[in-house]
Amino acid sequence: MAELDTSGGGGKKGGKVRSKKASTRIDLTAMVDLAFLLITFFIMATTLAKPKAMDTIWPDKTKKDVQLPVPESRTMTVLLGANHTVAWYVGPPGKTPPTVDNFGKNGIRKTLIENSKKIEETHAAPDNYMIVLVKASDKATYKDFVNILDELDITGIKSRAVVAITPPEIGMLKDNKLY
Amino acid sequence: MARIKIPRKSTAIDMTAMCDVAFLLLTFFILTAKLRQEDPLKVDVPGASVKLNIPDVDMATITVGHDKVFFGVEGTDIRRALLEEMGKKYSTSFTPEETQRFIVTPTFGVPMNTLKQYLDLSADDKKKYVQPGIPVDTTNNSELFNWIYQARIVTKNLHNKELRFAIKGDSHQEYPKVSKIIDVLQKQAINKFSLITSLNQGK
Repeated sequence: MAELDTSGGGGKKGGKVRSKKASTRIDLTAMVDLAFLLITFFIMATTLAKPKAMDTIWPDKTKKDVQLPVPESRTMTVLLGANHTVAWYVGPPGKTPPTVDNFGKNGIRKTLIENSKKIEETHAAPDNYMIVLVKASDKATYKDFVNILDELDITGIKSRAVVAITPPEIGMLKDNKLY
Repeated sequence: MARIKIPRKSTAIDMTAMCDVAFLLLTFFILTAKLRQEDPLKVDVPGASVKLNIPDVDMATITVGHDKVFFGVEGTDIRRALLEEMGKKYSTSFTPEETQRFIVTPTFGVPMNTLKQYLDLSADDKKKYVQPGIPVDTTNNSELFNWIYQARIVTKNLHNKELRFAIKGDSHQEYPKVSKIIDVLQKQAINKFSLITSLNQGK
């Protein structure tokens, strides 16, 4: 199999016939073949890309007294619209018109960093961090929701809340054709 | 002049080392293999940058996609006890065979009133059967609520640990359904749970 007979025609000369000594070498080719076949099978059958878990902590709904008043000037509200779109505004609703944005490095991530810096500069420490409210509309998908939470993780914004969307905000989305 | 004979070299390759390596790798893969399980509900998990692995024990997964909700809990002992408790609650009794079949089902999405029929199906029929999902509503007595509640009790009793929850959602699932599940979890004061994602770096 793996060995070629290269001994070159021997035994032409006459003489005593000797019983040939059997070689102690075993042909391992077939065994290796089988081993690699099994390896291939196990590689294919195992799940390599293990799913990851994004841990989320939510406010306790059963306790009513733990809610803190949120200073409106430090809040940024992110609205999730249809077709993977986002709209955001800073401050109380209705004061500034929402800006339409998209997901990605140059979209909402940049905005989050910029707004967070701006708020940090205009407010006195230590209460100068930005608070982000995420409001998902009924047209938003689960992917958008995970995306925005991930963006908040990436930008390191710790103060965030997921809040139910209000009718005026749905109106805002509708005005921008995002709903 | 005598012809100089060049000794021809043998073409035999020593396979021993190769064989050793092959079997070493094989052993490694066999030991680490966790066979891929066929999900009854196909979901496309959204990507995120988190790198945390999900634990393998004391874990319950709520799968949501195509407007259906499926439930699954790790551990055969927990599944056995859970089925018994749920049977008591909905006054259905399960035969030992049905219990055995339930134990080997990692996730399911059938309402309690058809669970018995579903477990009686043969393996082939089970694959063809389209599971309608577990009913969810906002009351404190929906089936999903009870599955979650009983699973927590059973885990606490058997392992003396808090059951952890993860939501495995489809990318295209609309948010309200997910929000409903979060509401169900929060009603039981489960305020810490995971969202299952797949890893995608720097997008």
